[in-house]
Amino acid sequence: MCSQLTDPMLPTPYQVLKRVRETKDTFTLTLAPVKGGQGFPFAPGQFNMLYIFGVGEVPISISGDPDRPEKLVHTVRAVGAVSRAICGLKKGDTLGVRGPYGVPWPVKAAPGYDVLVIAGGLGLAPVRPAVYHLLARRPEYGNLELIYGARTPEDLVYRRELSLWRGRFDFRVHVTVDAARNGWRGNVGVVPNLIARARFDPEQTMALVCGPGVMMRFTVQELVNRGLKMENIYVSLERNMKCGLGLCGHCQLGPFFVCKDGPVFPYDRVRDWFLMREV
Amino acid sequence: METLEPVLAAHPFLQGLDPRHLKIIGECASKVNFSAGEFLFREQDEATNFYLINHGRVAVEIFRARRGPVNVQTLREGEAVGWLWFGKPYHWHFDARAVQLTRALALDVKSLMQRCDQDPQLGYELMKRYAHMLAVQFRVAILQLGDMYG
Repeated sequence: MCSQLTDPMLPTPYQVLKRVRETKDTFTLTLAPVKGGQGFPFAPGQFNMLYIFGVGEVPISISGDPDRPEKLVHTVRAVGAVSRAICGLKKGDTLGVRGPYGVPWPVKAAPGYDVLVIAGGLGLAPVRPAVYHLLARRPEYGNLELIYGARTPEDLVYRRELSLWRGRFDFRVHVTVDAARNGWRGNVGVVPNLIARARFDPEQTMALVCGPGVMMRFTVQELVNRGLKMENIYVSLERNMKCGLGLCGHCQLGPFFVCKDGPVFPYDRVRDWFLMREV
Repeated sequence: METLEPVLAAHPFLQGLDPRHLKIIGECASKVNFSAGEFLFREQDEATNFYLINHGRVAVEIFRARRGPVNVQTLREGEAVGWLWFGKPYHWHFDARAVQLTRALALDVKSLMQRCDQDPQLGYELMKRYAHMLAVQFRVAILQLGDMYG
Protein backbone atom coordinates (compact mmCIF):
# COMPACT_ATOMS: atom_id res chain seq x y z
CA MET A 1 0.00 0.00 0.00
CA CYS A 2 1.31 3.42 -0.96
CA SER A 3 1.15 5.00 2.48
CA GLN A 4 3.35 2.25 3.95
CA LEU A 5 6.19 3.14 1.61
CA THR A 6 6.18 6.68 2.86
CA ASP A 7 4.93 6.94 6.43
CA PRO A 8 3.25 3.98 8.16
CA MET A 9 1.15 6.35 10.25
CA LEU A 10 -0.19 8.23 7.23
CA PRO A 11 -3.64 7.01 6.15
CA THR A 12 -4.61 6.72 2.49
CA PRO A 13 -7.95 8.31 1.58
CA TYR A 14 -10.61 5.78 0.57
CA GLN A 15 -14.11 6.36 -0.66
CA VAL A 16 -17.26 4.44 0.26
CA LEU A 17 -18.56 2.61 -2.83
CA LYS A 18 -21.32 0.70 -1.11
CA ARG A 19 -22.93 0.50 2.32
CA VAL A 20 -25.06 -2.47 3.38
CA ARG A 21 -26.97 -2.70 6.65
CA GLU A 22 -26.36 -6.11 8.22
CA THR A 23 -28.22 -5.64 11.51
CA LYS A 24 -29.68 -2.68 13.38
CA ASP A 25 -26.21 -1.42 14.33
CA THR A 26 -23.83 -3.20 11.95
CA PHE A 27 -22.89 -2.15 8.44
CA THR A 28 -20.66 -3.50 5.70
CA LEU A 29 -18.74 -0.92 3.69
CA THR A 30 -17.03 -1.53 0.37
CA LEU A 31 -14.18 0.92 -0.17
CA ALA A 32 -11.88 1.98 -3.01
CA PRO A 33 -8.89 4.35 -3.07
CA VAL A 34 -9.90 7.93 -3.85
CA LYS A 35 -6.96 8.22 -6.24
CA GLY A 36 -7.93 5.01 -8.01
CA GLY A 37 -5.76 1.90 -8.31
CA GLN A 38 -6.03 -1.76 -7.47
CA GLY A 39 -6.13 -1.67 -3.69
CA PHE A 40 -3.63 -3.82 -1.79
CA PRO A 41 -3.18 -7.54 -1.12
CA PHE A 42 -4.11 -8.86 2.31
CA ALA A 43 -4.31 -12.22 4.05
CA PRO A 44 -7.42 -13.59 5.83
CA GLY A 45 -7.54 -12.34 9.41
CA GLN A 46 -5.58 -9.14 8.90
CA PHE A 47 -6.98 -5.74 9.86
CA ASN A 48 -6.78 -2.11 8.84
CA MET A 49 -6.79 1.05 10.90
CA LEU A 50 -9.79 3.09 9.72
CA TYR A 51 -9.61 6.80 10.34
CA ILE A 52 -12.53 9.20 10.43
CA PHE A 53 -10.97 12.61 10.00
CA GLY A 54 -11.39 14.71 13.13
CA VAL A 55 -12.95 11.86 15.12
CA GLY A 56 -10.40 9.09 15.49
CA GLU A 57 -9.00 5.79 14.33
CA VAL A 58 -10.00 2.18 15.09
CA PRO A 59 -8.72 -1.26 14.06
CA ILE A 60 -11.25 -3.16 11.93
CA SER A 61 -10.77 -6.62 10.45
CA ILE A 62 -10.92 -6.97 6.71
CA SER A 63 -13.99 -9.03 5.86
CA GLY A 64 -13.73 -9.23 2.07
CA ASP A 65 -12.34 -11.82 -0.31
CA PRO A 66 -8.52 -11.98 -0.27
CA ASP A 67 -8.60 -13.14 -3.90
CA ARG A 68 -10.34 -9.87 -4.82
CA PRO A 69 -8.18 -7.27 -3.08
CA GLU A 70 -9.43 -4.51 -5.38
CA LYS A 71 -12.54 -4.45 -3.19
CA LEU A 72 -11.73 -3.48 0.37
CA VAL A 73 -14.58 -4.66 2.60
CA HIS A 74 -15.09 -3.92 6.28
CA THR A 75 -17.99 -4.81 8.54
CA VAL A 76 -18.37 -2.43 11.46
CA ARG A 77 -20.63 -2.35 14.51
CA ALA A 78 -21.51 1.06 15.90
CA VAL A 79 -20.32 0.85 19.50
CA GLY A 80 -18.15 3.93 20.06
CA ALA A 81 -17.66 7.42 18.63
CA VAL A 82 -15.42 6.33 15.74
CA SER A 83 -17.30 3.16 14.79
CA ARG A 84 -20.59 5.09 14.95
CA ALA A 85 -19.10 7.68 12.59
CA ILE A 86 -17.90 4.92 10.23
CA CYS A 87 -21.35 3.33 10.23
CA GLY A 88 -22.82 6.73 9.44
CA LEU A 89 -20.77 7.13 6.25
CA LYS A 90 -22.71 7.27 2.99
CA LYS A 91 -21.77 6.33 -0.53
CA GLY A 92 -19.09 8.75 -1.74
CA ASP A 93 -17.88 9.73 1.75
CA THR A 94 -14.18 9.53 2.53
CA LEU A 95 -12.17 7.92 5.33
CA GLY A 96 -8.51 7.11 5.93
CA VAL A 97 -7.09 3.58 5.71
CA ARG A 98 -3.79 2.25 7.05
CA GLY A 99 -2.79 -1.38 6.74
CA PRO A 100 -3.03 -4.27 6.34
CA TYR A 101 -1.66 -5.31 9.70
CA GLY A 102 -1.39 -8.39 11.85
CA VAL A 103 -0.77 -12.12 11.68
CA PRO A 104 -3.38 -13.89 9.52
CA TRP A 105 -5.29 -17.15 9.95
CA PRO A 106 -2.97 -20.04 9.06
CA VAL A 107 -5.06 -21.16 6.08
CA LYS A 108 -1.96 -21.79 4.01
CA ALA A 109 -0.85 -24.42 6.54
CA ALA A 110 -4.28 -26.08 6.58
CA PRO A 111 -4.31 -28.18 3.35
CA GLY A 112 -4.89 -31.81 4.29
CA TYR A 113 -6.73 -30.84 7.47
CA ASP A 114 -10.40 -30.74 8.38
CA VAL A 115 -11.14 -27.11 9.17
CA LEU A 116 -13.65 -25.86 11.73
CA VAL A 117 -14.47 -22.18 11.47
CA ILE A 118 -16.26 -21.07 14.62
CA ALA A 119 -17.61 -17.56 15.01
CA GLY A 120 -19.86 -15.69 17.39
CA GLY A 121 -21.62 -12.38 16.77
CA LEU A 122 -19.57 -10.03 14.64
CA GLY A 123 -16.70 -12.55 14.90
CA LEU A 124 -17.87 -13.88 11.55
CA ALA A 125 -16.38 -10.80 9.85
CA PRO A 126 -12.69 -11.59 10.59
CA VAL A 127 -13.11 -15.25 9.59
CA ARG A 128 -15.10 -14.58 6.40
CA PRO A 129 -11.91 -14.01 4.33
CA ALA A 130 -10.65 -17.39 5.61
CA VAL A 131 -13.90 -19.02 4.46
CA TYR A 132 -13.49 -17.42 1.01
CA HIS A 133 -9.93 -18.70 0.86
CA LEU A 134 -10.89 -22.25 1.91
CA LEU A 135 -13.85 -22.47 -0.47
CA ALA A 136 -11.77 -21.17 -3.40
CA ARG A 137 -9.36 -24.06 -2.78
CA ARG A 138 -11.92 -26.57 -1.55
CA PRO A 139 -10.26 -29.79 -2.86
CA GLU A 140 -7.17 -29.11 -0.75
CA TYR A 141 -9.01 -29.57 2.55
CA GLY A 142 -10.90 -32.32 4.36
CA ASN A 143 -14.25 -31.55 5.97
CA LEU A 144 -15.08 -27.87 6.18
CA GLU A 145 -17.56 -26.79 8.82
CA LEU A 146 -18.76 -23.37 9.91
CA ILE A 147 -20.39 -22.96 13.31
CA TYR A 148 -21.87 -19.52 13.81
CA GLY A 149 -23.88 -18.11 16.67
CA ALA A 150 -25.57 -14.83 17.46
CA ARG A 151 -27.90 -13.46 20.09
CA THR A 152 -31.07 -13.53 17.95
CA PRO A 153 -31.91 -14.19 14.28
CA GLU A 154 -31.94 -10.42 13.75
CA ASP A 155 -28.30 -10.26 14.89
CA LEU A 156 -26.99 -12.65 12.24
CA VAL A 157 -24.68 -10.97 9.72
CA TYR A 158 -24.14 -12.01 6.06
CA ARG A 159 -27.49 -13.81 5.98
CA ARG A 160 -27.59 -14.08 2.20
CA GLU A 161 -24.11 -15.52 2.08
CA LEU A 162 -24.86 -17.96 4.91
CA SER A 163 -27.78 -19.27 2.95
CA LEU A 164 -25.61 -19.64 -0.19
CA TRP A 165 -22.96 -21.49 1.81
CA ARG A 166 -25.61 -23.78 3.30
CA GLY A 167 -26.62 -24.72 -0.22
CA ARG A 168 -23.19 -26.17 -0.99
CA PHE A 169 -22.65 -29.91 -0.73
CA ASP A 170 -19.01 -29.55 0.33
CA PHE A 171 -19.40 -27.15 3.25
CA ARG A 172 -21.50 -27.77 6.37
CA VAL A 173 -22.90 -24.66 8.01
CA HIS A 174 -24.42 -24.71 11.50
CA VAL A 175 -26.15 -21.56 12.68
CA THR A 176 -27.56 -21.02 16.14
CA VAL A 177 -29.04 -18.18 18.17
CA ASP A 178 -29.47 -17.72 21.92
CA ALA A 179 -33.19 -17.06 21.69
CA ALA A 180 -35.77 -16.64 18.95
CA ARG A 181 -39.37 -15.68 18.55
CA ASN A 182 -41.93 -17.72 16.75
CA GLY A 183 -41.10 -18.21 13.09
CA TRP A 184 -37.40 -19.05 13.44
CA ARG A 185 -36.92 -22.60 12.19
CA GLY A 186 -33.20 -22.78 12.85
CA ASN A 187 -31.31 -23.92 15.89
CA VAL A 188 -31.52 -22.28 19.32
CA GLY A 189 -28.65 -22.94 21.70
CA VAL A 190 -25.05 -21.97 22.29
CA VAL A 191 -22.07 -22.33 19.94
CA PRO A 192 -20.01 -24.78 22.05
CA ASN A 193 -22.92 -27.25 21.98
CA LEU A 194 -22.89 -27.37 18.18
CA ILE A 195 -19.33 -28.67 18.08
CA ALA A 196 -20.69 -32.15 18.80
CA ARG A 197 -22.54 -32.01 15.46
CA ALA A 198 -19.46 -31.18 13.40
CA ARG A 199 -17.63 -33.96 11.59
CA PHE A 200 -13.88 -33.89 12.00
CA ASP A 201 -10.89 -36.02 12.84
CA PRO A 202 -9.45 -34.40 15.99
CA GLU A 203 -5.93 -35.48 15.05
CA GLN A 204 -6.14 -33.74 11.69
CA THR A 205 -8.25 -30.71 12.39
CA MET A 206 -7.53 -27.02 12.54
CA ALA A 207 -10.01 -24.72 14.28
CA LEU A 208 -10.29 -20.98 13.63
CA VAL A 209 -12.22 -19.33 16.46
CA CYS A 210 -13.37 -15.73 16.61
CA GLY A 211 -15.94 -14.09 18.82
CA PRO A 212 -16.50 -12.61 22.25
CA GLY A 213 -14.09 -13.78 24.96
CA VAL A 214 -16.62 -15.90 26.89
CA MET A 215 -17.72 -17.68 23.76
CA MET A 216 -14.13 -18.39 22.72
CA ARG A 217 -13.22 -19.69 26.17
CA PHE A 218 -16.03 -22.25 26.27
CA THR A 219 -15.56 -23.13 22.61
CA VAL A 220 -11.86 -23.81 23.04
CA GLN A 221 -12.63 -25.90 26.13
CA GLU A 222 -15.07 -28.00 24.12
CA LEU A 223 -12.61 -28.40 21.24
CA VAL A 224 -9.92 -29.60 23.64
CA ASN A 225 -12.44 -32.01 25.23
CA ARG A 226 -13.11 -33.36 21.74
CA GLY A 227 -9.41 -34.10 21.26
CA LEU A 228 -8.13 -31.14 19.25
CA LYS A 229 -4.53 -30.22 19.88
CA MET A 230 -4.14 -26.78 21.42
CA GLU A 231 -1.57 -25.83 18.79
CA ASN A 232 -4.19 -26.48 16.10
CA ILE A 233 -6.74 -24.15 17.68
CA TYR A 234 -6.35 -20.54 16.54
CA VAL A 235 -8.06 -17.64 18.26
CA SER A 236 -8.38 -14.04 17.15
CA LEU A 237 -7.95 -11.63 20.05
CA GLU A 238 -9.27 -8.13 20.38
CA ARG A 239 -7.59 -5.28 22.22
CA ASN A 240 -7.67 -1.52 22.07
CA MET A 241 -5.08 -0.46 19.51
CA LYS A 242 -3.52 2.83 18.60
CA CYS A 243 -0.55 2.49 16.26
CA GLY A 244 -1.18 -0.95 14.78
CA LEU A 245 2.57 -1.35 14.37
CA GLY A 246 3.69 -2.76 17.72
CA LEU A 247 5.13 0.56 18.91
CA CYS A 248 2.73 2.13 21.39
CA GLY A 249 1.85 -0.85 23.61
CA HIS A 250 -1.88 -0.10 23.85
CA CYS A 251 -2.76 -3.62 22.78
CA GLN A 252 -0.23 -5.40 24.94
CA LEU A 253 -1.28 -8.81 26.28
CA GLY A 254 1.49 -10.12 28.52
CA PRO A 255 4.56 -10.43 26.31
CA PHE A 256 2.58 -9.91 23.10
CA PHE A 257 1.45 -6.94 21.09
CA VAL A 258 -1.88 -8.08 19.66
CA CYS A 259 -1.52 -5.78 16.64
CA LYS A 260 1.87 -7.16 15.59
CA ASP A 261 2.09 -10.67 17.10
CA GLY A 262 -1.64 -11.29 16.51
CA PRO A 263 -4.54 -10.78 16.32
CA VAL A 264 -4.50 -14.48 15.37
CA PHE A 265 -2.65 -16.71 17.84
CA PRO A 266 -2.35 -20.45 18.28
CA TYR A 267 -4.18 -21.13 21.53
CA ASP A 268 -1.25 -22.91 23.19
CA ARG A 269 0.82 -19.72 22.79
CA VAL A 270 -1.64 -17.41 24.54
CA ARG A 271 -3.45 -19.85 26.80
CA ASP A 272 -2.08 -18.48 30.09
CA TRP A 273 -2.84 -14.90 29.11
CA PHE A 274 -6.17 -15.80 27.58
CA LEU A 275 -7.39 -17.24 30.87
CA MET A 276 -5.87 -14.54 33.09
CA ARG A 277 -8.54 -12.16 34.36
CA GLU A 278 -6.17 -9.37 35.32
CA VAL A 279 -4.94 -8.61 31.79
CA MET B 1 -45.11 -57.79 19.19
CA GLU B 2 -42.52 -55.18 18.19
CA THR B 3 -39.77 -54.67 20.72
CA LEU B 4 -38.35 -51.21 21.25
CA GLU B 5 -35.08 -52.37 22.75
CA PRO B 6 -32.94 -51.89 19.59
CA VAL B 7 -34.32 -48.35 19.13
CA LEU B 8 -33.71 -47.56 22.79
CA ALA B 9 -30.19 -49.00 22.65
CA ALA B 10 -29.34 -46.80 19.66
CA HIS B 11 -30.34 -43.58 21.40
CA PRO B 12 -27.31 -41.71 22.85
CA PHE B 13 -29.11 -41.14 26.16
CA LEU B 14 -29.33 -44.88 26.78
CA GLN B 15 -26.20 -46.03 24.99
CA GLY B 16 -24.19 -48.62 26.89
CA LEU B 17 -27.07 -49.62 29.12
CA ASP B 18 -27.33 -53.26 30.20
CA PRO B 19 -29.78 -55.24 27.95
CA ARG B 20 -31.68 -56.23 31.07
CA HIS B 21 -32.26 -52.55 31.86
CA LEU B 22 -33.18 -51.78 28.25
CA LYS B 23 -35.84 -54.46 28.47
CA ILE B 24 -37.30 -52.85 31.59
CA ILE B 25 -37.25 -49.38 30.01
CA GLY B 26 -38.84 -50.85 26.86
CA GLU B 27 -41.83 -51.82 28.97
CA CYS B 28 -42.36 -48.12 29.77
CA ALA B 29 -41.74 -46.84 26.23
CA SER B 30 -43.91 -46.14 23.22
CA LYS B 31 -43.28 -44.60 19.81
CA VAL B 32 -44.84 -41.20 19.23
CA ASN B 33 -44.98 -38.79 16.28
CA PHE B 34 -45.57 -35.05 16.36
CA SER B 35 -46.32 -33.00 13.29
CA ALA B 36 -44.80 -29.55 12.76
CA GLY B 37 -46.28 -27.07 15.23
CA GLU B 38 -47.72 -29.72 17.53
CA PHE B 39 -46.96 -29.44 21.24
CA LEU B 40 -45.21 -32.31 23.03
CA PHE B 41 -46.32 -30.65 26.24
CA ARG B 42 -47.20 -27.27 27.66
CA GLU B 43 -46.15 -25.39 30.75
CA GLN B 44 -48.06 -26.55 33.86
CA ASP B 45 -49.14 -29.82 32.21
CA GLU B 46 -48.46 -32.88 34.29
CA ALA B 47 -45.10 -34.39 33.32
CA THR B 48 -46.30 -37.83 32.33
CA ASN B 49 -43.67 -38.56 29.67
CA PHE B 50 -40.01 -38.08 29.05
CA TYR B 51 -39.05 -38.00 25.34
CA LEU B 52 -36.05 -39.34 23.49
CA ILE B 53 -35.94 -37.77 20.00
CA ASN B 54 -35.16 -40.10 17.11
CA HIS B 55 -35.89 -37.72 14.28
CA GLY B 56 -36.84 -34.09 13.87
CA ARG B 57 -36.48 -30.98 15.97
CA VAL B 58 -38.22 -29.66 19.04
CA ALA B 59 -38.29 -26.06 20.23
CA VAL B 60 -38.30 -25.44 23.96
CA GLU B 61 -40.33 -22.30 24.50
CA ILE B 62 -41.27 -19.89 27.22
CA PHE B 63 -44.47 -17.96 26.68
CA ARG B 64 -44.17 -14.28 27.51
CA ALA B 65 -47.09 -11.92 27.64
CA ARG B 66 -47.00 -9.45 24.73
CA ARG B 67 -43.92 -11.15 23.18
CA GLY B 68 -45.58 -14.50 22.67
CA PRO B 69 -43.52 -17.69 22.61
CA VAL B 70 -39.75 -17.29 22.88
CA ASN B 71 -37.68 -20.22 21.69
CA VAL B 72 -34.84 -20.73 24.16
CA GLN B 73 -33.45 -24.02 22.91
CA THR B 74 -33.73 -26.43 20.02
CA LEU B 75 -33.32 -30.14 20.56
CA ARG B 76 -32.89 -32.72 17.83
CA GLU B 77 -32.32 -36.41 17.15
CA GLY B 78 -30.15 -38.02 19.77
CA GLU B 79 -31.26 -35.59 22.46
CA ALA B 80 -33.83 -35.82 25.24
CA VAL B 81 -36.73 -33.50 26.01
CA GLY B 82 -38.05 -32.99 29.47
CA TRP B 83 -35.34 -32.79 32.06
CA LEU B 84 -37.49 -31.85 35.01
CA TRP B 85 -39.55 -34.99 35.33
CA PHE B 86 -37.45 -36.29 38.22
CA GLY B 87 -38.37 -33.36 40.40
CA LYS B 88 -41.65 -32.74 42.23
CA PRO B 89 -44.30 -31.52 41.52
CA TYR B 90 -43.86 -33.32 38.16
CA HIS B 91 -45.19 -30.49 36.06
CA TRP B 92 -43.57 -28.99 32.98
CA HIS B 93 -42.01 -25.59 33.43
CA PHE B 94 -42.02 -24.70 29.73
CA ASP B 95 -43.59 -25.57 26.39
CA ALA B 96 -42.08 -28.01 23.90
CA ARG B 97 -43.23 -27.81 20.31
CA ALA B 98 -42.19 -29.81 17.23
CA VAL B 99 -40.51 -27.53 14.68
CA GLN B 100 -40.85 -30.20 12.02
CA LEU B 101 -42.17 -33.74 11.88
CA THR B 102 -40.65 -35.34 14.97
CA ARG B 103 -40.43 -38.99 15.91
CA ALA B 104 -39.62 -39.85 19.49
CA LEU B 105 -39.83 -42.48 22.17
CA ALA B 106 -42.09 -41.49 25.03
CA LEU B 107 -41.11 -42.97 28.37
CA ASP B 108 -43.88 -43.18 30.93
CA VAL B 109 -42.42 -41.30 33.88
CA LYS B 110 -44.47 -42.88 36.70
CA SER B 111 -43.87 -46.38 35.49
CA LEU B 112 -40.17 -45.67 34.92
CA MET B 113 -39.73 -44.24 38.40
CA GLN B 114 -41.47 -47.24 39.91
CA ARG B 115 -39.03 -49.55 38.16
CA CYS B 116 -36.10 -47.41 39.25
CA ASP B 117 -37.26 -47.78 42.86
CA GLN B 118 -37.45 -51.54 42.41
CA ASP B 119 -34.06 -51.77 40.69
CA PRO B 120 -31.64 -49.22 42.21
CA GLN B 121 -28.94 -50.19 39.69
CA LEU B 122 -31.23 -49.10 36.86
CA GLY B 123 -32.10 -45.99 38.87
CA TYR B 124 -28.41 -45.16 39.29
CA GLU B 125 -27.68 -45.67 35.59
CA LEU B 126 -30.54 -43.38 34.60
CA MET B 127 -29.60 -40.86 37.28
CA LYS B 128 -26.01 -40.68 35.93
CA ARG B 129 -27.33 -39.87 32.46
CA TYR B 130 -29.85 -37.46 33.87
CA ALA B 131 -27.17 -35.68 35.91
CA HIS B 132 -24.99 -35.33 32.81
CA MET B 133 -27.91 -33.89 30.86
CA LEU B 134 -28.64 -31.44 33.68
CA ALA B 135 -24.98 -30.37 33.77
CA VAL B 136 -25.06 -29.65 30.02
CA GLN B 137 -28.34 -27.76 30.34
CA PHE B 138 -26.95 -25.80 33.26
CA ARG B 139 -23.89 -24.75 31.26
CA VAL B 140 -26.06 -23.75 28.30
CA ALA B 141 -28.33 -21.71 30.56
CA ILE B 142 -25.38 -19.89 32.11
CA LEU B 143 -23.91 -19.06 28.71
CA GLN B 144 -27.27 -17.78 27.46
CA LEU B 145 -27.80 -15.73 30.62
CA GLY B 146 -24.31 -14.28 30.21
CA ASP B 147 -25.33 -12.76 26.85
CA MET B 148 -21.93 -13.59 25.36
CA TYR B 149 -22.48 -11.52 22.26
CA GLY B 150 -23.28 -8.35 24.21
